[in-house]
Amino acid sequence: MSAGARLVSRARRLRPEGLPWGAPTWPSSVERGAPERNLGADYDTQWTRRYPARLARAVLLDNVTRPLAHIVASPEVRGEEVLELVESPAIYVANHASHVDTGLLLSVLPARVRHKTVVAAAADHFFDRRWKAHLWSLVLAAVPIERHRVNRKSADDTAALLRQGWNLIIYPEGGRTPDGWFQPMRGGAAYLATRTGRPVVPVHIVGTYRIWPRGGRRLRRSPTRITFGTPITAAEGESARRLEARIDNVLAELAEEARTDWWTARRHAGRGETPSARGPTASPWRRAWALGPDPSDTIEDETRWAVADD
Amino acid sequence: MSPRPGFVLEVDRSTPSTLFWHGEGYRLERLPLGSRVLYAPEPVDALRDPVGAIRQALDAPMGGVAPLRSLLRPGMALTIAFDDVSLPLPPMRGPDVRQLVIEQVLETAAEAGVDDVVLIAALALHRRMTDAELRHALGERIFDAFAPHGLLWQHDAEDPDQLVHLGLTDEGEDVEINKRAATSDLLVYVNINLVAMDGGHKSVATGLASYKSLRHHHNAHTMTQSRSFMDQHRSELHSSNWRMGRLIAASGVKVFQIETNLNTDTFPEQFRFLQRREWEWTARDRAAFLASSKALEATPDRLARSIFHAIRAPHKMTSVQAGEVEAVHERTTENVYAQQLLEVHGQTDVLTMGLPYICPYNVNSIMNPILVACLGLGYFFNMYRGRPLVRAGGVVIMSHPTPWAFHPGHHPSYIDFFEQVLAETTNPAEIGKYEESFATDPWYVHLYRTGNAYHGVHPFYMWYWCAHALEHVGSVIIVGGDRAAVRRLGFKPASSMADALEMASDVVGPDPSITHLHSPPLLMADVR
Repeated sequence: MSAGARLVSRARRLRPEGLPWGAPTWPSSVERGAPERNLGADYDTQWTRRYPARLARAVLLDNVTRPLAHIVASPEVRGEEVLELVESPAIYVANHASHVDTGLLLSVLPARVRHKTVVAAAADHFFDRRWKAHLWSLVLAAVPIERHRVNRKSADDTAALLRQGWNLIIYPEGGRTPDGWFQPMRGGAAYLATRTGRPVVPVHIVGTYRIWPRGGRRLRRSPTRITFGTPITAAEGESARRLEARIDNVLAELAEEARTDWWTARRHAGRGETPSARGPTASPWRRAWALGPDPSDTIEDETRWAVADD
Repeated sequence: MSPRPGFVLEVDRSTPSTLFWHGEGYRLERLPLGSRVLYAPEPVDALRDPVGAIRQALDAPMGGVAPLRSLLRPGMALTIAFDDVSLPLPPMRGPDVRQLVIEQVLETAAEAGVDDVVLIAALALHRRMTDAELRHALGERIFDAFAPHGLLWQHDAEDPDQLVHLGLTDEGEDVEINKRAATSDLLVYVNINLVAMDGGHKSVATGLASYKSLRHHHNAHTMTQSRSFMDQHRSELHSSNWRMGRLIAASGVKVFQIETNLNTDTFPEQFRFLQRREWEWTARDRAAFLASSKALEATPDRLARSIFHAIRAPHKMTSVQAGEVEAVHERTTENVYAQQLLEVHGQTDVLTMGLPYICPYNVNSIMNPILVACLGLGYFFNMYRGRPLVRAGGVVIMSHPTPWAFHPGHHPSYIDFFEQVLAETTNPAEIGKYEESFATDPWYVHLYRTGNAYHGVHPFYMWYWCAHALEHVGSVIIVGGDRAAVRRLGFKPASSMADALEMASDVVGPDPSITHLHSPPLLMADVR
């Protein structure tokens, strides 16, 4: 290894990544004494929805985030036609594998949606420092959500934004997957949908886990696939818990669709045989093994339909 | 601000990595989601005026005993016995609490005109203390006043001329203790209480006893009947010592017991991150962790050991009580429990623990594999009241390098025990057949009496200490240990915590409950 490469390698190792290099996170079950005012779920993001901030964000999104996303993630979008049918504002519910997900998803949304969307972000992670709160609320229109405890303020603020016409991106797993498999869903998205009556657009993202997984130290280029599912609207009198189960099922079906094709996924769904997206209940290495080769490896090579052989 | 109580943390996604001791070093490990981490109560506040508190305790003793000054008179024989180098851990920053107490006792004795005073280090079968260790424990003033005149003794459990047999208990246990202590007009015992097992009648009945007496309670049977030996109401070790202590009192030995509680403030400022909750680590703590752990990785073992053994704990005295043994000890134990008890609901399938560089038997020495087992399975496992933290048939995972290394001067019989006895059996109930030959081996006796060696039988006691845990658990795994040494102990080696948890699931099934005993500070689980 050359001296330069060694230096780069050592510099990478020096990058903060949790304890001991980075500041420790705070367990959600432990109460913090005297929190800093106007941080976490209390952070006021109103300024980021005023025109100067929106303009800055639009310039950034269209000229930096989108090109970068296409270079790094080469997104292939399936089912984007459903977006034409969705009446805004809507709740975009996606699985979460990487910090790349949000930028990527915003990049592939139509401009009319992209520039009128807020992103539900963990209050304890993105809003725990003042500089982080300013940065993420400006760049991604992030709004703080308490993910570990019920917080009426978070729910009220987000519902108000939906009523004001803002679309919402939310990751119901509450955080990035630690191992590539889906995690159990939380009820926030379904609760907002039942409370506001807005449609839920299920989105499945695959490939970003390879680009920058949780705990990853560097970004890697890799193709990705984003699959939009048919919008779901809460039926009259439907409970949030029941809607949550429906969303969960649709995300699992989209995961299968991303692995196979739409028809296979539909047939399995019809027979109630959609494989679990949560992986086997087994030791970490067996779960990793069961993921198989990274799906993104095959995205470009995959033949979408049969070609007649002359 | 008053110290915060301990608590049980459930690991979630926001929980930072957890600190594990790993011998002369430490590691950060990620525990699976849902694991429990037991955090000890914070160290309680120190006495503002420790000398004043000692004087008050001597002037107003407990249990109907007259003040010390009224028990002292010219012409009497006074013996002051004190706990040896095994307490406190790590050795405390000067002045040691023994120095503080004994200075006040001697002041009182001097005022009363007592000339015949002898100090005895209550070693039992431990190694003799070095002059430096005695100086540190007693202070320069006391050492220089007594040692040059031959009045600072170290208890010799193998000198028949220095022992006296006081009789048999109701259970037929021999009570043989130090003759000078037994025949003095007053025996003042100065104790340090760090854990609930210390003190009470055990001070004299064990600290000043002979092998003939100790073997009645230092055996596999007693240990398996002590659940745990930190809980005096369910400890056969405690019961046996109490029977002996009462016989000693009935024989006319007048004991004036002085017990002290220390707080659990274990490490100095530069190592404060070791006893802080990880999510409260400041940039300075992280820098200290990184600098010290990286430096230790590049440090030869011997030097790392010297660095750690040079640490002096900022322990401070939190209470002192004097008087009749049982009355005093009851209050002392209450204080220990008030500081260390943590209520825990339910047992666990897997208990994890990081083992440090030190245990009571390797101060200024090497933590050999037998002591690693004793610290983990003898001490940490037994830090419970009610039920063991780990369920029957569960798994204990310990993190320690467990080197195949012994201090030849301090632990000579350990080497043979490890090479010969454990090579044949690791069953505490079966090793007893070799005990006598080690206990009476003239070479070991010689080294114990004239050098700084632990008694020949001592490694057996360490293994008996593990008996309850070995009988209770299904498997013991050591992470990062010398594989050959770990296997000789009868345990399983694992190269990482993840591997160890995987191995544990073979014993307790998939998705086990996991509990980590976070130490320091010391804690005792009150398992409901």
